[in-house]
Amino acid sequence: MNEFLNMGGYAIYVWPCYGLTAFCLIGLVVSARVSLRRARLNALQRIKSLELKNAPKA
Amino acid sequence: MFLWFHKLGSPRYFYAFARIIAPWIALVCATTMAWGVYQALWVAPPDYQQGESYRIMYVHVPSAWMSMFVYMVMAVASAVYLIWHMKLAGFVAQASAPIGAVFTFLALATGSLWGKPMWGTWWVWDARLTSELVLLFLYLGYMALHEAYDNPSTGAKAAAILAIVGVVNIPIIHYSVEWWHTLHQGASVTKMGKPSMPASMLVPLLVMALSFKAFYGTVLLWRLQAKILEREYRSKWVRELLTGDKA
Repeated sequence: MNEFLNMGGYAIYVWPCYGLTAFCLIGLVVSARVSLRRARLNALQRIKSLELKNAPKA
Repeated sequence: MFLWFHKLGSPRYFYAFARIIAPWIALVCATTMAWGVYQALWVAPPDYQQGESYRIMYVHVPSAWMSMFVYMVMAVASAVYLIWHMKLAGFVAQASAPIGAVFTFLALATGSLWGKPMWGTWWVWDARLTSELVLLFLYLGYMALHEAYDNPSTGAKAAAILAIVGVVNIPIIHYSVEWWHTLHQGASVTKMGKPSMPASMLVPLLVMALSFKAFYGTVLLWRLQAKILEREYRSKWVRELLTGDKA
């Protein structure tokens, strides 16, 4: 296992590459999911406020 | 066929399409990436010259290919937006820019990490590296220009023009290794003859490239759904979708 981690002496170059790639791809996924959830909530809020505004004055 | 494509242009149909398709593309992405990384790190044989360090190729090359592919999608979408005023095409270009910028950054960063052991330097003003850096600035410029105007549609138009003008950089990146004497190696996969790589190394690379494309598709569809909801919340179908009542 240790020999594998050593990557033939290039560990300090190979692992940061894979780590950085994972970090960036996960970052893209998280930001996309967050923006989707936020868009749903915002849209819902705006719809509710539209309905309140148009609601007939009782 | 054209009717289907035309219907897809309307945000409502595209939203429904995206909701159905996105999970499947995410599944394809997850499986191909898991298998690809396993092959890349554990199974593919070491290179006779570069030893284990060439494994960086399995993230460097797909990122670089994607940085160009995403930009081409942006340029086409921007052209469709400007010519036919298709809102959705504008959303596609706008949603793709951050993803393309990340892929370009990854290509530059992993390339630099690979260059240090192999070339002895983090950076060199080589034709391939420099044109890829220009691509990163194009992405950042597109994103900045898009937000630079009070009126969103002016911003979208200005950014669309930049995207189209910038597309000339893509062939420059691709052919830079043939036109100039570059430290960066020439094409080893996309060349006319047989790719100069054994299958045991080539297959994981192609699988990783496929997983990166599926990744782009998944994240793009999620970001598009968000944009569509943001812009279309006044329309009836969004109200029905979100509040669930048919009123």
